[in-house]
Amino acid sequence: MPYPADDRDGLTRRDALRRGLMFGASAFVLPRLLGDAAAAEAGPELTGVQPAKEFTVAFTVNGRQVNPTVSGRSSLLEVLRDPLDLPGTKRGCDHGQCGSCTVLVDGHRVLSCLTLVASVAGKSVTTIEGLAEGTELHPVQAAFIKHDAFQCGFCTPGQIMSAVGFLKEPWAADSASVREGMSGNLCRCGAYCGIVAAVTEARQALGHRRA
Amino acid sequence: MNDFAYAKVSTVQGALEAIRAHPGAMFLAGGTTVVDLLREDVFQPELVIDIGALPLREISVGREETVIGALVSNSDLAWNPAITSLFPVISQALLAGASGQIRNMASVGGNLLQRTRCPYYRELDAACNKREPGSGCAALGGGNRSHAIFGGSEHCVATHPSDFTVALTAVDARIQLTGPDGEREVAMTDFYVEPGDTPQRENRLRPGELILGVKLPHAHAGRSSYYLKVRDRHSYEFALASAAVAAEVSGGVLTGVRIALGGVATVPWRARAAEQVLEGRRASPALLAEAGRAAEQGARPLRDNAFKVELVGRTVTAALHELTGLPSGPQPA
Repeated sequence: MPYPADDRDGLTRRDALRRGLMFGASAFVLPRLLGDAAAAEAGPELTGVQPAKEFTVAFTVNGRQVNPTVSGRSSLLEVLRDPLDLPGTKRGCDHGQCGSCTVLVDGHRVLSCLTLVASVAGKSVTTIEGLAEGTELHPVQAAFIKHDAFQCGFCTPGQIMSAVGFLKEPWAADSASVREGMSGNLCRCGAYCGIVAAVTEARQALGHRRA
Repeated sequence: MNDFAYAKVSTVQGALEAIRAHPGAMFLAGGTTVVDLLREDVFQPELVIDIGALPLREISVGREETVIGALVSNSDLAWNPAITSLFPVISQALLAGASGQIRNMASVGGNLLQRTRCPYYRELDAACNKREPGSGCAALGGGNRSHAIFGGSEHCVATHPSDFTVALTAVDARIQLTGPDGEREVAMTDFYVEPGDTPQRENRLRPGELILGVKLPHAHAGRSSYYLKVRDRHSYEFALASAAVAAEVSGGVLTGVRIALGGVATVPWRARAAEQVLEGRRASPALLAEAGRAAEQGARPLRDNAFKVELVGRTVTAALHELTGLPSGPQPA
């Protein structure tokens, strides 16, 4: 990624925020856990247990097994950013309208803001942090840099994850489908020309040469 | 969001037992409507029952009908080869809706039950009889450009937002339900109810019932069909007007005509007057224009949406040109 996040020395804004939130949250979560006592590996099954408000959910993120304690209300987006410390996935509108929170679940692009994390139990999640292989960028990432397909960069992780998902879908075989296929991702800087160029090039790099 | 509890079920029987034990609960499938409206506090259930793991993900093509499981994603359905070849209007309608991400999440059953995009429904400070019966309808005297010109009442003029259900209406689809009293089927044209004086009731789903799937009778398979959607922007937007048209076209003569409208009505809207204009007749530009005008009959526009009357007529005519292959030149006045 062009702009590595949060690797500065000392206490970052994110660390400070997180410590504050964790301190605030601990008093809240513990009585909940004790009270409901319904923690289950894959989220609670209703039959035989009381519905739970706090529990653990097991899934993989970028190939790593995770097991966070969550609320039934937690979105995948919230849990990815904190406590899983993967802030590359961005919270834009939080209403499924902008696409900036796009991630892959079992290989399909979805909106993490409208996904309750409990529903990804047992599934495989890929975020922008998991796209490159070592230091080798994914072809979509490389194409975004080459074509200057961003300005402020906030929508970029969602744009890239959406493009990666799109390029695995059937209609990616048609070069004219790029604009339509990417219409779920908004860019307020208006970097669309670069984005279309980048996705078009990545499409060719990934072997879609028909039409 | 209110402080709801969460549970998941893995069998249809488990889902029915759960909803019977917790009548204040709601089912969660793809989440694209439910999670949004939970976050807005429009929905405030005591319990969310996640049915995403139920075994309802099959598309089975039989001799008499094709059956689509309620949890098939909108994307999987849109790209399914049987659907694209037998029922192209369904594939076209799905791909005209939402975005790639949302179509991957959204389920068939959830699409049938998606809530209106009327902004007052989502705004807790606004009067809305659908959200809070008896509170009034802010849209009647407010901004109502996007609202219904068909099927409204003095209590509600919110449009049904789905493209998919409009296409289903044009192929005589049936909805498979199960519940405390066993399984039953309801025709698309009977499933939705106009708001009348109970706009909070949108369909004939009974308490404790679950959608199992959608049946597509093969009487309509392989016929010509087309979905045309007109909206404020080219993609990722709800319809101002849309038309699903389907017919047997033989030697230019149209039979078994079905026309359904979206974006203009409180429920997926069957344009029977327009169908009658076409039935058994040979397609010509004049006839298709006449059918379009017939589709406008009975419209009751509001302050801001009189444009929808002519728009929906022209949408029908244009869709029929695509259906029949007749070149669409300038429309007769």
